[in-house]
Amino acid sequence: MTPLLEVEDLRITFPTRHGTSHPVDGVSFSVARGELLALVGESGCGKSLTSLALLRLVPPPGQIQPGSAIRLDGTDVLGLGPEELRSIRGRRIGMIFQDPMTSLNPVFTIADQIGESVRAHQKVSKRAARARALELLQEVGIPDPTQRLDVYPHQMSGGMRQRVMIAIALASEPEMLIADEPTTALDVTVQAQILELLDGLRAARGMAVLLITHDLGIVAGRADRVAVMYAGRLVEEAATAELFARPSHPYTKGLLASVPRITGAVTRLTPIAGTVPAPTAWPAGCRFHPRCPAALPRCATDDPPALPVGNAHRMRCWLAEAGRA
Amino acid sequence: MTGSLWRLMLRALTSPSGRLGAVIIALLTLFVFVAPWLLPDPSAMPDLMAGAVPPGAGHPFGTDQLNRDVLSRVVSGGQISLSVAGLAVLLAVTLGALVGGLAGFYGGWLDSALMRMVDGALAIPRLFLLLLLVAVWEQMPLGALVLVLGATGWFATSRIVRGEVLRLREAEFVLAATALGAGPGRIILRHLLPNVAGPILVAATLGVGDVILLEAGLSYLGIGVRPPTPSWGGMILDARPLLTTAPWTSIFPGLAIATTVLAVNLLGDALRGALDPRSA
Amino acid sequence: MSTPLLEVRDLVKHYKATGFLARKSPPVRAVDGVSFTVGKGETLGLVGESGCGKSTVGRTILRLQDATAGSVAFEGKDFFALQAAALRQARQRLQIIFQDPYSSLNPRMTIGDAIAEGMEIHRLAPRGEIPARVARLLEEVGLDPDYSTRYPHEFSGGQRQRIGIARALAVEPAFIVCDEPVSALDVSVQAQVLNLLADLQARRGISYLFIAHDLAVVRQIAHRVAVMYLGRIVETGPTEDVLARPAHPYTKALLSAVPVPDPNTQRLRIVLPGDPPSPSNPPSGCAFHPRCPHPAKDARCTTERPLLHQIGAAQVACHHAGTAP
Repeated sequence: MTPLLEVEDLRITFPTRHGTSHPVDGVSFSVARGELLALVGESGCGKSLTSLALLRLVPPPGQIQPGSAIRLDGTDVLGLGPEELRSIRGRRIGMIFQDPMTSLNPVFTIADQIGESVRAHQKVSKRAARARALELLQEVGIPDPTQRLDVYPHQMSGGMRQRVMIAIALASEPEMLIADEPTTALDVTVQAQILELLDGLRAARGMAVLLITHDLGIVAGRADRVAVMYAGRLVEEAATAELFARPSHPYTKGLLASVPRITGAVTRLTPIAGTVPAPTAWPAGCRFHPRCPAALPRCATDDPPALPVGNAHRMRCWLAEAGRA
Repeated sequence: MTGSLWRLMLRALTSPSGRLGAVIIALLTLFVFVAPWLLPDPSAMPDLMAGAVPPGAGHPFGTDQLNRDVLSRVVSGGQISLSVAGLAVLLAVTLGALVGGLAGFYGGWLDSALMRMVDGALAIPRLFLLLLLVAVWEQMPLGALVLVLGATGWFATSRIVRGEVLRLREAEFVLAATALGAGPGRIILRHLLPNVAGPILVAATLGVGDVILLEAGLSYLGIGVRPPTPSWGGMILDARPLLTTAPWTSIFPGLAIATTVLAVNLLGDALRGALDPRSA
Repeated sequence: MSTPLLEVRDLVKHYKATGFLARKSPPVRAVDGVSFTVGKGETLGLVGESGCGKSTVGRTILRLQDATAGSVAFEGKDFFALQAAALRQARQRLQIIFQDPYSSLNPRMTIGDAIAEGMEIHRLAPRGEIPARVARLLEEVGLDPDYSTRYPHEFSGGQRQRIGIARALAVEPAFIVCDEPVSALDVSVQAQVLNLLADLQARRGISYLFIAHDLAVVRQIAHRVAVMYLGRIVETGPTEDVLARPAHPYTKALLSAVPVPDPNTQRLRIVLPGDPPSPSNPPSGCAFHPRCPHPAKDARCTTERPLLHQIGAAQVACHHAGTAP
C-alpha cells in the first residue's frame, strides 16, 4: 500500500548575504494513513521548514530545489497548479502552529474564522457553517461553546486559542494534520490538555499526524515512529519504542542524556559539547562529527548514508557499519 | 556607539538607492564647498548692460538679469542652504533626543507634561509657526533663522526617542545594569542613547530634506535667507520675472533643491531599512 | 541553621490598573504574600506556570520593581530600607540572570565591556587589571577569553547565557536570581548551562533563587522547592520530598504533566480542567479550587483560604492535603 505522504530528498535553499544556506538538505520520510510520525530536533535543524514545504509554504526567498519530491497519495504536490494546491492546503492536510495568537485573525470572531474554513471546502449556508463551527468547538473541548462562538481571539487564553486553531484545521476533515510545536508556547498543565485532545481526535478520526517538536518527552508514548533531525537531515528513524529502547545515533543519545528527569536518581547531565553549526556552513563529512564523542577518523571526510541498525531502524552514522552501534 | 552607527551606514549603502543618495550628497557637498575657489565671484562687478545670458561657454548655467553667473550663485546659495539645514537639524535632533530621553526615562508627570507640549506643538503647522515668528521679527539674521528652524523641528524626533527609550527601559540588559548598581547617568549614556542613535540618525537625515524645502519656501516668500545673501529659494524668487524669457535662472536652483532633497530622502529611507532587523 | 542569607517575608506586589476608568478595576495581585528563606550555598527552586508571579518575586526582592508590601533581609540587613546610594552599593552582592539571551545583553556593547561594567561601578579592580579579570571570567563560564571584543550578535543563545552569567559573577555576588535561565535554550545547551550553574555554586558557594516552570529542571538543580499558584506558595519543602510525595493537588498535577522521554514509564496522568485564573480576579477561598481534582474538595475550599502548614518534611497550603490521595 502506498503511504499517505512521501517525502523524497527534500532540499530547501535560501540565498543569504553569507552565501547559500541549506537549512533542509536531503530529507526523506513517509507517513502512513492514521500514523503519528514525530519529527524531532533542536532549533535550526530544519524541522519546521520541512513541514512548511509539505504545503509549499516555504517563505521567500527560500526555494525547494529540483529533484525534491513530495507526494500525497501518489500525487506530486510540487507539480500542482495554484488551484489544485488549494484543494490540498487546509483541505486534505490541516496545519496548526506554535503561536495560536498570531495564527488567528484578531478582527474576526471565532465563529467567522471556523465558518470561513468550513465554507472554503463545502458549499453550505452561513447558518449551516455556524452550526458546524459549534460542533467543532464542542469536539475540541471548549467549555460553553455557544457563548464562545462570538468572541474574538484576544478574549481567549492561549490554550483555548490553540483549540480553536485545531477546530479550524479539522473543519475540512483532513486526512493529515501537521502540528508544528503545538504546545511549546503553553503552560505544562495546558500542554497536557492539548496533547490529550490531539490523542483523542486522532483515535476518533483515524487522522495521520506529523508532530514537529523539540521535546522527546511528548513523543514517548504518543508517536508511532520518530525521526530525529540534525543540521538539515534525518539522522535516525525508528518506531518509538525501538528508538527509546535502543537510541543509536550519537546525537539521539546525546539529546536523551541532556534531558533532566523527573524520576530516578539525580545525576549530572551529560550535554552535547559545542553548538549547532550554521546552515550556510555545514561541516564536511558527517555533520555531527565536530560534536560527536564517538567520531571515527573517516567521519570528518565521508558523509554517512542512512544505514540499517535494526528492524525498520536506520541512522546516518558510520557506527552502524562498524557494528558498534 | 560610533562603531554601530558606522555599521548602520555601511548596511544602508548596500542598497542601490542608499548608495545613489549618499553619492549625490557627497558630490553636492564637495562641489558646493570646493567649487567657489574655481568659479567667478558671484558678487563680482555686475555688467548690468549684458542682461541674462543663456547657458554657454564661460557660463555653463547662464547668467541672471544682473549678469551674475548662475552656477556661482547656485554654489554659494548651496553653501547657505546646506549649512542652514545641517545646523538646524543638528539642533532639532539634540533637543528631540534630550526631551524624548527625559520623558521616556523618568516617565510620570514629566513625561505627561513634555508630551502634551509636543502634542500641542505638533497640532500647529510648522510653516504657520515660522511665518508667525518671521512676521514678528522682520529683519531676522541668518543665525536666528537656524535657531528657529531647529527649535520647531524636534517634536517628531522627541516622540521617536521617547518611544525607543520606553521600550528599552524595560529591556533586560537595562535591568541587568540596574542590578549591577548602575545609576541613571550611566544607564542613559551607555545603555539607552547608543541604542537610539540609529533611529535618531534616520530622523536627522530625513529632517535635512524637510528643512531644505522649508528654508527654500521661506526664502522664496522673501522672509527666509535675505538678499544679498544668496540661497536657492531666494534665487527662484529673483528669477520670477524672467520665468519665460530666461528660464535657466530658476531651473538650476530648482534642480539643486530637488536633487538634494531626493538624495537625502533616498539615503534616509535606506538607513531606515538598514535599521529594521527584519530587512537584514 | 543560623540566620539565612536571604529572608523574604510576606512579599506583596500589586499592579494598579492604568488608563481610562482604571480606578474602578481591581489591582492585579501578581504576588500576594510570599515568604521564604535561602541559605548560603543553597538553591531554592521557585516553580509555577506563567502568570503565577514567580518572576515578579525575583524582580521585587532585587528592587528592580518596588514591592507593595513585605520585607527582604539580606545578610541580616533590611534590604528594602536602603536609600538610593546605599542600594547601588549593596547590589554588588545580589545579581540576576535572565531568560531571554537576546534582550539581556546590550547589542551596542562588546561583551568584554558588559562583563567589566560591574567591576567599574564598584571599583573592584584597578583599570589595568580589568581585561585580565574579564578573560578569567570568560574562561570560568567556558568561553574563549579572546571573545571579549566581540558584540552579542556574534554569539548563540547558549553562549549569550554564559556571558550573562559572567557579567553577574564579575561583582562576586553571594546570591543570584536565575529567572528561567534555561527556558529559551535547546535541551543540549540547557544541560550545559545547568551544569555550569551547579559547578559555580560548588566552587564559589553562591546561593540561587532558581525560577522555572519545568519541574524536571528544578529537580536537577534545587535543594528545596517552592511551588507557586496565583501569587502564593502552595507547597514548599526539600526537592526530593516534594517531588516524590507531592501533597498539594496542584503540585501533583504539575508533576504528572511533565513530559517524560521514556515510553515505559507508567504514570498517573492528571489533566487539570481549564486555565490558570486571572490574578486580577482570583477565586475566593483556595485560588486553586475551580480546577482542583481533589475528591474531598468541599465548601470550605471555596470560602476559606488555606494557609501553609507542615505535612511531613514539606509545608502545604491545602485544607485536604494528607487526607486522601
